Amino acid sequence: MTELSIQLVNLFASFLLMLAFAMLAQRRVLTLINLYSLQGLTVVAATTVVAHMTHQEHLYYSAVLTLILKVFLIPWILHRLVKRLNVRWDVETLINIPSTMLVGIVLVVFAFNLALPISRLSSSVVPGTLGIALACVLLSFMMMIMRTKALPQVIGFLAMENALFFAATSATYGMPMVVELGIALDVLVGVFILGVFLFQIREQFESLDISHLENLKED
Amino acid sequence: MLNIMTIDWVLWIIGAWIALGLLGIVALHKFALVARVFFPLGAVGGLILAYAAARALVSGRVESKQLALGLPSLPFHLRLDALSAFFLVIIGLASFGISIFAAGYFRNGEGTAPGLLCLEFHFFLASMALVLLADDAYSFMVAWESMALTSYFLVTANHRLPKIRAAGFLYLLIAHIGAIAILLCFGVLQANTGDYTFANMRAQNLSSFWASAAFLLAIFGFGAKAGILPLHIWLPEAHPAAPSPVSALMSGVMLKMAIYGLLRVCFDLLHLHIWWWGVVMLALGLITAIFGVVFAAVQVEMKRLLAYSSIENIGLLFAAMGLALLFRSYGMNALAALALTACLYHVAGHAFFKSLLFLTTGSVLHATGERNLGRLGGLIRFMPWVAWLALIGVLASSGLPPFSGFVSEWLLLQSFLFTPGLPQPFLNMLIPIATASIALTAALAGYAMVKFFGVIFLGQPREEKLSQAHDAGKFEKIGMGWLAILSIGLGVAPNSVIHLIDPVTRGLVGDGIAHNASANGWWLVTPTSIARASYGPLYFLFGVMAACAVAFVLVRLFYHARLRRSAPWGGGHPWRNSRMQDTAEGYGQPIRQIFEPFFHLERHLPKPEDTEPEYSVAVSDKFWEGIYMPIARATEYVSAKVGRLQQGRISIYLLYSFITLLVILLLVPTARR
Repeated sequence: MTELSIQLVNLFASFLLMLAFAMLAQRRVLTLINLYSLQGLTVVAATTVVAHMTHQEHLYYSAVLTLILKVFLIPWILHRLVKRLNVRWDVETLINIPSTMLVGIVLVVFAFNLALPISRLSSSVVPGTLGIALACVLLSFMMMIMRTKALPQVIGFLAMENALFFAATSATYGMPMVVELGIALDVLVGVFILGVFLFQIREQFESLDISHLENLKED
Repeated sequence: MLNIMTIDWVLWIIGAWIALGLLGIVALHKFALVARVFFPLGAVGGLILAYAAARALVSGRVESKQLALGLPSLPFHLRLDALSAFFLVIIGLASFGISIFAAGYFRNGEGTAPGLLCLEFHFFLASMALVLLADDAYSFMVAWESMALTSYFLVTANHRLPKIRAAGFLYLLIAHIGAIAILLCFGVLQANTGDYTFANMRAQNLSSFWASAAFLLAIFGFGAKAGILPLHIWLPEAHPAAPSPVSALMSGVMLKMAIYGLLRVCFDLLHLHIWWWGVVMLALGLITAIFGVVFAAVQVEMKRLLAYSSIENIGLLFAAMGLALLFRSYGMNALAALALTACLYHVAGHAFFKSLLFLTTGSVLHATGERNLGRLGGLIRFMPWVAWLALIGVLASSGLPPFSGFVSEWLLLQSFLFTPGLPQPFLNMLIPIATASIALTAALAGYAMVKFFGVIFLGQPREEKLSQAHDAGKFEKIGMGWLAILSIGLGVAPNSVIHLIDPVTRGLVGDGIAHNASANGWWLVTPTSIARASYGPLYFLFGVMAACAVAFVLVRLFYHARLRRSAPWGGGHPWRNSRMQDTAEGYGQPIRQIFEPFFHLERHLPKPEDTEPEYSVAVSDKFWEGIYMPIARATEYVSAKVGRLQQGRISIYLLYSFITLLVILLLVPTARR
C-alpha cells in the first residue's frame, strides 16, 4: 500500500514537471489556463495520496480547498478575464521556445543537485519529490521572466505557488492549516488584484504588452 | 506647593508649552488670540521655568523621575541635576524675552498660519527643555530630533520662497547627520550592555580606544548642531531664512543644547579624559572662532553677519571646553573649573546678547523691509529704542566692560594664562598662539560689531524709504529690554552668576571657583587670588558713567552747549549724499584684503567704457566648494550608476530576483558545511 502510494506521488511529481515544461512551451493563453488547472488537479491528487498514506486529516481539507480554488475558481476567473480583455491570441516570448526549454533543463539539473543533500536529511517518505518541486518553482519563475504579456505572467506566478504548495505537502507533509488557509486566500486576493491591474494597464496603454510599462520609468 | 519636586515644576511647564502649542492648532487663524495671549503665556512659563530651575541649582539636589511614555518597557528616564538646571535657567530667561518679542513680531498672513507657528514655537521650547531633562539615550534622541524638526518647520515659515526651502533642507540634512553620530556615540557609550540609560553609561569603564571613539562621535554629532567647522554651513543659510525670534531662539538657545550635550558626554558620561581630546577641541574651537569672526566682518547682510558671529562664539565655547578637558586630563581640577566657568558664563552671555541682536534685526526688518546693510543707515533717529538696545547687545557681544561678554572672555583668557602649569612642554609652546588667537577673535568681533551697529543705525539713511521707519512696538520693546537687562546684569554682577555656575562645575569636575572669586567682596571677581587678577565691573560702570558725566558737564559749562547739526566730512564737495558714507563692503574691505585666502571672492569690476559702472564683490565660503560640492557630486555619480539597475522592464526586475534566488540557493549547501 505504502509502496504504491510512494510510486503514485512520484508519478504525480513527474506529471507536475512535465506540465511545467508544457506551460513554458505553450503559446496560447487559453491552453495555458487549462494547463494551470491541470497542474492544480495533479497537486490535489498528490495531496490526497499523501494524506491517505500518512493519515493526516488536515491534508484532506487542504486538498479540497486546492481543488475548489485552483482547479475551478481561479481558472474560471482567468477565463473570464481572457474573454473580457479579449486577449485570446498567441503570446510572444522574449527568447524563442527551444532555447527556453534548454535553459529549463539546466534549471532542473540545478534543482536536483540542490535538493539531493536536503532530501537525504528529510524524514519524508518521498524524498525525490523535493527536487522536482524546486525545479517547478524555478521553471514557473522563468516563465514569468520570459513572457511579454501580463496575463501569462500572472499564470506563471500562480504556477509557482502551486509548486511551492506541492513542495510543502510532499517534503514536510504540509504546513499547518492556518498557514495554508492564509496562502490560499492570498493567492485568491492576488488574482483579483492582478485582474484589476490588468484592466488598468489596458486602460492606460490599450494593450497588455508590459513593455509599455517601460515608459513609466523616471529619467 | 513647596514639597513638589522641581522636576515636576519643569515637567508642568513643558506640558503647558505643549498644551499652548495644541491650542494653537485650535485657534489656527485667530491671529490676535495667538499673538496677544498664547505667546505671552508661553513667556510667563519661561519665567517660571527659570525660577524653578534656579532653585534646583541653588539647592543642589539631584532629582530623577520616570515617565511611562513611548514604547512599552522603554520609559522616559528624566533627571534634573545642576548642569541641566543651569541650561534650563538659560532657556527660561531667554525664552521669556523672545516669546514676548514674538507676540509683537509675527504678522498675520505671512507664510505659515499663526496657530501653526504657535505650535512649532512652543513644541520647540518644550523639546529643548526635554533634551536637558533626558536621562537615557532614547528620550534624549526623541527630544533632540523633535527639536530639530520643529526648528526646521520654524525656519521654513516662509516656505513659498525656494531659497528658504533650500536653507531648511540643508539645515535638516546636517542636523540628521549629526543625530546619527550622536546615536552612534550613545551606542559606543553603553558598551554592549544593551541598557541605554545614562546611569548605565556612567557605570561603564570604556577602554581608551572606545572612549576616544565616543568622544569623536560626540564632537561630530554635537558639532553639527553647534556649527563647528566644517559643519557650520547651515548656520549662515538657516538664520537669515528664519523669522527673527526663531533665529534668536536657535542661535541663542538651541546651539547651547549642543554645548550641553558635549558637556554631558565629555564630563559626565565619560570618566576617562585623554589630553589630546582637549587639544582637538581647542584647535577646532579656535579655528572656528577665527573663521567665524573673519566672515562676520565681511558680511553685507545683517542676519548673516550675526550667524557668522554665532559661529565665532561657538568656537570660543569649544576652546573653553577644550581647555577644561585639557586641565581635567592632568588632574588640575581647579583650573578646569575656571575654564568651565568661563564656558558656562559665555553660554549664558551669548544666549542673551545674541538673542537681543537677532531681535533687533527683526525690528529693523519689519520697519524697513531691508536686510542688506547697504540699504540701511541712520536708523537711530527713527528707531531710538531699537538702536539703544542694539547698542547694549553690540557692546556685550564685542566683550567690552561692564557687559556680559567681557566677563566670560576675561575668565577665558585668565584660564589660558594658567596653561604654563601643564606638564607638557609641547603644549606649553603652542598655547600662547591659542591665547593670541582668542585675543584676535575678540578684537575682530568688536570690529564686526562696530560695522553692524554703525552701518545700520549711524550715519545717513541710504534709502529714501528709511525715513518712514517706525520704532518697535510695545511687546517688542519689552522683549528686547528684558534681554538687554540680562546682558547688563550678567556684566555687573559676575559673582552672583559664578555662584550659580559653581554647583555645575562641582558636579562635572569636582571643583568650583565661586569661593575664591568672591573672597574679596562680591563686587570684585578674583578667579584665583587677588594678587594675580581681579575685575570689578562696578568700577568700570562708574568710571564710564563718570567720564560721560564729566564730559557732559564740561561741554555744558565751557563749550557753547547747543546741539548743532553740521555737515561732517564736507571734504570740499559742493554737495554730498548718503552714498558717500562708508558702506558695509567698504568697511569690511581691509579684512577682506588681509584674510584673502579664507574667502572665495567673486569680483565684478566696471570697465572703462561702461556708462553705468557697477562694482560688486561676493564673498562665499571655501568649504562649500571644497567639501560639500565634491560630496554632492560623488553622491550624484553613484546614484546615476545605481540608477542604471532600474531599467523599467518587469522582465529585468524578475530576472534580478531570479538570479538572487539562484545564488542564495547555491550558497545554502556551502553554508551548511
